[in-house]
Amino acid sequence: MRGIISIAGYVPYHRLERSAIAAAHGGGGGKGARAVASYDEDATTMAVEAGRLALRSLPGARDALGAAERVQQLWFSTTAPSYTDKTNATTALAALRLGREVPAFDANGAVRSAVGVLRAALAGRDTTLVLTSDLRTGLPNSADERDGGDGAAAILVGDGAPGAPVIAEHLGGASASEEFVDRWRVPGEIRARLWEERFGETRYVPLGTEAFKQALSDAGVAAEDLDTVIVTGTHARAVRQVAGKVGAGTGGVADDITVEIGNAGAAHAGLVLADVLERSQPGATIALVVLADGADVLLFRTTEALASYAPARRVRTQIANGRAGLSYTSFLSWKGVLTIQPPNRPEPARASSSAAVRNDDWKYGFVGSQDRESGAVHLPPARVSFTNGAVDDMAPRPMADAVGTIVTSTVDRLAYSPSPPIVFAVVDFDAPDGSGSKNGGRLPVELTDVAAADVHIGDRVEMTFRRLNQSDGIQNYFWKARPVPAADTAATEGSDR
Amino acid sequence: MSSHGIKDKVAIVGMGCTPFREHWDKGADDLLVDAAHETFASAGVAKDDVDAFWLGTAQTGMSGITLAAPLKLQGKPVTRVENYCATGSEALRQAAYAVACGAYDVAMAIGVEKVKDGGYQGLNAFPIPNDGTARSLTAAAMFSLVAPAYARRYGVDDDTLKRVLARIASKNHYNGARNERAQFRREMSVDAICAAPAVAGQLGVFDCAGVADGSAAAIVVRAEDAHRYTDKPLYIKALSFVAGNGSGLIDPDYDYTSFPEVARAAADAYAQAGISDPRRELAMAEVHDCFTPTELVLMEDLGFSVRGEAWKDVEAGAFDLHGDLPVNPDGGLKSFGHPVGASGLRMHFENWLQLRGEAPDERRIPTVKGPDNPDGRTKGLVHNLGGYPGEMVSFVSIVGTELG
Repeated sequence: MRGIISIAGYVPYHRLERSAIAAAHGGGGGKGARAVASYDEDATTMAVEAGRLALRSLPGARDALGAAERVQQLWFSTTAPSYTDKTNATTALAALRLGREVPAFDANGAVRSAVGVLRAALAGRDTTLVLTSDLRTGLPNSADERDGGDGAAAILVGDGAPGAPVIAEHLGGASASEEFVDRWRVPGEIRARLWEERFGETRYVPLGTEAFKQALSDAGVAAEDLDTVIVTGTHARAVRQVAGKVGAGTGGVADDITVEIGNAGAAHAGLVLADVLERSQPGATIALVVLADGADVLLFRTTEALASYAPARRVRTQIANGRAGLSYTSFLSWKGVLTIQPPNRPEPARASSSAAVRNDDWKYGFVGSQDRESGAVHLPPARVSFTNGAVDDMAPRPMADAVGTIVTSTVDRLAYSPSPPIVFAVVDFDAPDGSGSKNGGRLPVELTDVAAADVHIGDRVEMTFRRLNQSDGIQNYFWKARPVPAADTAATEGSDR
Repeated sequence: MSSHGIKDKVAIVGMGCTPFREHWDKGADDLLVDAAHETFASAGVAKDDVDAFWLGTAQTGMSGITLAAPLKLQGKPVTRVENYCATGSEALRQAAYAVACGAYDVAMAIGVEKVKDGGYQGLNAFPIPNDGTARSLTAAAMFSLVAPAYARRYGVDDDTLKRVLARIASKNHYNGARNERAQFRREMSVDAICAAPAVAGQLGVFDCAGVADGSAAAIVVRAEDAHRYTDKPLYIKALSFVAGNGSGLIDPDYDYTSFPEVARAAADAYAQAGISDPRRELAMAEVHDCFTPTELVLMEDLGFSVRGEAWKDVEAGAFDLHGDLPVNPDGGLKSFGHPVGASGLRMHFENWLQLRGEAPDERRIPTVKGPDNPDGRTKGLVHNLGGYPGEMVSFVSIVGTELG
């Protein structure tokens, strides 16, 4: 059986209310909010966060998927890559610590590439982690700015294994393609350009309905067998039209969460699919329809394994945990539209490629070292122990999933930051039960996704992969700490299970 | 394995110190020429009489040529040293050892920093290529971690501690106002200091030392030769140094209320000098008050106050200009300014003036032995650190006007 083994969405913390955009431009109204990647996030870091959640939802996956069945390839898809020429997926590979034998590829540029990668993964044989991620905006006061959103989704596709079974079997699908120019963007520009809205609708409605019909026919699934139909795409009006047509006679069209977070472009189909699966029962049949320069339809049926699948952090939980009230000027500056006066401090130098590669496991994987004799954790990893001076007697100590407590904190109003001030804390990570505090480890580390006034001694924090800064075009990725979000309450709120 | 020290083997016989200012009209070369020639004159020597030079600068220049070129030295050895903000003291330490071992008869330690040509406020280390994962906090933020930790550990409420810290700054401003070489010469009230805008954590602008350009120097000779140069030499009683290994940053048992590197350096220095009760045996101390919580904790790490009680001693005025142990009578980093490579030598310069009775009347301390005070004390301390809580270098010296 081939299908989805694990799936997770990542919704960034910040929300820009659409009413704030309208008010800034002298208007009124505006319903809902859009999710906004923080200044220290990009498509790669969000993809990593989604990937971490997908892997964490299968606590035993790394072991359960035996050597030959571990993640065998990694694909990354976005319209907003931080690098061209250089592969972005290798950053995610290092952060997720999937292993150097795993090929990592980008499929970047078009929104449609994301569903294309998912389709290819489902049609292939390897256990494949598909990371889709996007940053969506446009010129100030544009529909894209208002209706776009930032986010990521990770989908682990494969044949399953004991301990990591398929939770949604792939039943098949169909596609329809056509060359027409409805939405296009010149590389490097923030603004996508659009043809007259009605035109796209005339192309997408037949493409969507044709592919949908073909998919059902090929898979031997009747419309009334469908419990949920998901329709997303790059043309909001066409999405509504197609949803109305293909949803008829089915169990219903899924809420596409665009009111809550906006349309996350290449990541959106994965985000909605994650949300739907997180709220589905075993035995549910689901159609995913993506309208982007054609139509791609994928059909799934959830398995009994879904009942015991425990998502690490549901999409709905992340939506609920978002922080409203981001100012429009912060949004514009984070998007690079508005240049804010930086602190009068030297900008950081570019990270050294050769120094970084020596420390890949630390910088990208957040792996420290642990003195085998005393158990003392060293962050960053060290060759000589600070407790007993032992030399080269250390074991790697992965820390990315460690949870810690704020011991003390401060706010630095002088230091350079892309979005000052820097909020900083000394964090003690939890030591394994029965061991000394040194076995947990300590790191003085920058905090993110938090207001300075909300930081208190004793607060619990987790690690998150971020972009500290960029210089000479080199993205300087490392880890920060952020408050552990409110518990996953979706199991009782809004879940059918 | 032991630290023997060089007690009474080497003496300082001349010192000089430029005003510490935003010297927009002077470069490092000018500052070095000014400080060096003031020091040559102080010791009564000619430039060519000095056999070897140690130049301390954190990042104003590289190599001995930084000094040899502006002074136009002729065939002399010059060693450039760097040890964070303790750079100036490190230069003195090396020069003193060179003389003590007999390699040279006369050596100069000189420190300089030209910080105001960088175009930014504060100190900005030049970047060493790295993997991009290092902390990017300012020193102010790192030291701001100390105050709340201290308050918690010793049950001092935040407002009380804030005023105690402001009192330290106010004291140093008071002293600096009486020092014509100091950068900031205005007295500041505790209330005004408390009302200043926040820079990092609870630290306001006036909790932070000023950054200045400047240079200071000393000439050292063997103790037995000292009286050839001056009737009032300043004997080196102790020189100690500890370079921390950074474990405080990653050790969950470190609590930010003490600087172990300082306590270690102080213990070594006191052993070298034969001091058992520094609070009562020292006439004064110049300490590294880069931020007000630093000076507070130093009072305990240097053994001037019982652990957890320095804040009470500060409130009682023990370290004021006329207190029982004056600390930073020249205004300290807070008021004198902090040209990194020069500061350690500036601290010795104040001992040079005070212990030898040459400090001006308006800031002369009452603890020093002199014709009017035969029961006074003859030794002073310099403490100079670099780095941050958890990861610092620390220097301590003891100097005195009498042998033995």
